[in-house]
Amino acid sequence: MATRLKFENSCEVGVFSKLTNAYCLVAIGGSENFYSAFEAELSDVIPVIRTSIGGTRIVGRLCIGNKNGLLLPHTTTDQELQHLKNSLPDQVRVQRIEEKLSALGNCIACNDHVALTHTDLDKETEEVVADVLGVEVFRQTVAGNILVGSYCAFSNKGGLVHPHTSVEDLDELSTLLQVPLVAGTVNRGSEVIAAGMTVNDWTAFCGADTTATELSVIENVFKLREAKPSAIVDEMRKSLFDS
Amino acid sequence: MSGILGMAQDAGMFMVHQTIGSVLCCKCGIRMQPNAANMCVKCLRSEVDITEGLLKRLVLVHCPECESYLQPPRTWVKLQLESKELLTFCLKKLQKNMNINKVKLVNAEFIWTEPHSKRVKVKVSVQKEVYNGAILEQSYLVEYVQQDHMCESCSRVAANPDQWVAAVQLRQHVSHRRTFYYLEQLILRHGAAARAVRIKQMDHGIDFYFSNRSHGNKFVEFIGKVAPVKSRSDKQLVSHDSKSNNYNYKYTFSVEISPICREDLICLPPKAAAILGNIGPIVVCTKVTNSIALLDPLTLKFGFLDAEQYWRTSFKSLLTSRQLVEYIVFDIEPVSSEITVGGTKYVLADAQVARVSDFGSNDTQFSIRTHLGHLLKPGDHALGYDLYGANTNDMELDRYKGYIPEVVLIKKSYEEKRQKKRAKARSWKLKSLNMEVDDKIKVDEDKRDAEYEHFLKDLEENPELRFNISLYQNKDYQPSEVASVTEDDGEPIPSVPDDELLAANLLAAEFDDLDLIEDGDGEDNMAE
Repeated sequence: MATRLKFENSCEVGVFSKLTNAYCLVAIGGSENFYSAFEAELSDVIPVIRTSIGGTRIVGRLCIGNKNGLLLPHTTTDQELQHLKNSLPDQVRVQRIEEKLSALGNCIACNDHVALTHTDLDKETEEVVADVLGVEVFRQTVAGNILVGSYCAFSNKGGLVHPHTSVEDLDELSTLLQVPLVAGTVNRGSEVIAAGMTVNDWTAFCGADTTATELSVIENVFKLREAKPSAIVDEMRKSLFDS
Repeated sequence: MSGILGMAQDAGMFMVHQTIGSVLCCKCGIRMQPNAANMCVKCLRSEVDITEGLLKRLVLVHCPECESYLQPPRTWVKLQLESKELLTFCLKKLQKNMNINKVKLVNAEFIWTEPHSKRVKVKVSVQKEVYNGAILEQSYLVEYVQQDHMCESCSRVAANPDQWVAAVQLRQHVSHRRTFYYLEQLILRHGAAARAVRIKQMDHGIDFYFSNRSHGNKFVEFIGKVAPVKSRSDKQLVSHDSKSNNYNYKYTFSVEISPICREDLICLPPKAAAILGNIGPIVVCTKVTNSIALLDPLTLKFGFLDAEQYWRTSFKSLLTSRQLVEYIVFDIEPVSSEITVGGTKYVLADAQVARVSDFGSNDTQFSIRTHLGHLLKPGDHALGYDLYGANTNDMELDRYKGYIPEVVLIKKSYEEKRQKKRAKARSWKLKSLNMEVDDKIKVDEDKRDAEYEHFLKDLEENPELRFNISLYQNKDYQPSEVASVTEDDGEPIPSVPDDELLAANLLAAEFDDLDLIEDGDGEDNMAE
């Protein structure tokens, strides 16, 4: 289910929060309403962690992670690193990387299996990404923009990309990512998808300006209607039994 | 994105053809091509109104008398309804407001309104940039309310229709009006009196009234170019506004034309003769434009006096064309060869002539020298001045001690032939100025008619006179068959050839659509 909210009168919720299948990071300093929205949806399933990165609130754009790990830029302070290591579940590997392009959230987009990165990313960073997050890495552009992390958002079920993406590009990306993709907008026609929303396999949070049309597109492509947290647990249970 | 593609294509790379996908409009959900706002046009229009803050209702001040519109602060521009100029005028008023709101004018057109509704409606299309880069175009209606307000010149005319500011008084102190007939045609041709408020015919002249001093001045200069004149100007204070120091005057120009006319006989005073190279005191005036051409009939010597020189030594003519007497030529013997002066040929000849009144009754004959040797043949009639029998009252003539000719022939006479073709209608006619005639002065109708007829005959005989005049075809003219029977005299009477006539419009037509056929007509309308 997709929820609409605002952080301090800004509709760019993807900037101030990072949502994965195993945890959720939110920025500090906002009103309690913001946290309540997240906690209402997620607190009994995954931990919701309040943090800052490098003293800033734009946690969504500075870090990148999935259920396997979390990567932080070199601007992260030691206290923040420690706090995150303490708060996150043990199977999530937290690593700080030295990378010139420090806004990792803008440069890399990933789900649990595959990641798209900025074309100018360092080779070592790519290897760290592949290692820590356990994903296959592809260097790509989205609608001609190199900041793939900003202009597309995808989960294991589907993805939303920049509205000006051509049909051929859409097919190519879809083949790489192995998920259905759709070109659309968020926050009343804004093209910066990942800044306007944040998503995981069963829920999504969008800015308050998102229109009903956009919301329905999001719910369709990310298959949020049927998804409930329990659905994943049921699937896992089935596989456990079968063994 | 297209930039990168363009560069890659230039480099010869294989490019995948990019099809633009479609997205859903974020508001209404219909499929559309993605654009900068990511909303379909209708939703965008409903979101943003680019015409807010623009003027929709304006006032145009209109003068109902002269159909002109006020351009602040003070100019009045004559404009037609639904014309391009009116559209430009209306749009100019919107321009500043549009620039402030950063909209760009794309298209404008009139919506028809009833003329009496006093509304002018213009549909205007404008463009503006909204959101991030999307350009939206929208059209809206601007209504102009036409308010009636008389412009200054119309109110001045309405308050006092006879109001004039400048008056030009043209005078010539001679006993005939030939000059004024000729001047009238000249003025008509060049449209010099187009700005005159009133034209009045006076004794010995014509008065022209203008509403502006510069118009009067221009008219005086025009007259100065076509006749030898002396003028002076005066002004009279009409009103005075002491607060703004505005003084209103009435200006008067007094223009006097020299009394020397064509075909006049003149006895030159010694001073004038000296200026002209001592030509004989008896001279004939051959041409009057802004200078006077004088010809000595005995020696074929020419002199020109321009207006200033004439007025310095102002002399009057000895005999005028009223006093021409008809002679019959018995014998003619050219003495010199053909000389061309000022476009006309002359041949000095000795002639034996007698007055027609003497012809049958007595034997008085005169042996004279004449300059018309090229025209006259024995048996011709000619008109000339009879100095033998004339009773002149001229001091110069009395003072002169040398030889004075007895007869000076001026021109060939066509009277006889004319009488044969009695009252034949002419194939051409002239227009005339709209003149008021002063009732107080007694006008001798017969004399006027005879003078006018004389003027028309003059025009027929002299092609150079016709040069500056517009002649129109007389639609009522039919060449009579009777004419061909009597055409056995050898020489036809002079008439105006058809190619000199202008295609006549209606008698009351305007001058603007004149189609000049005359050749050698470099100067076009000097219309103001």
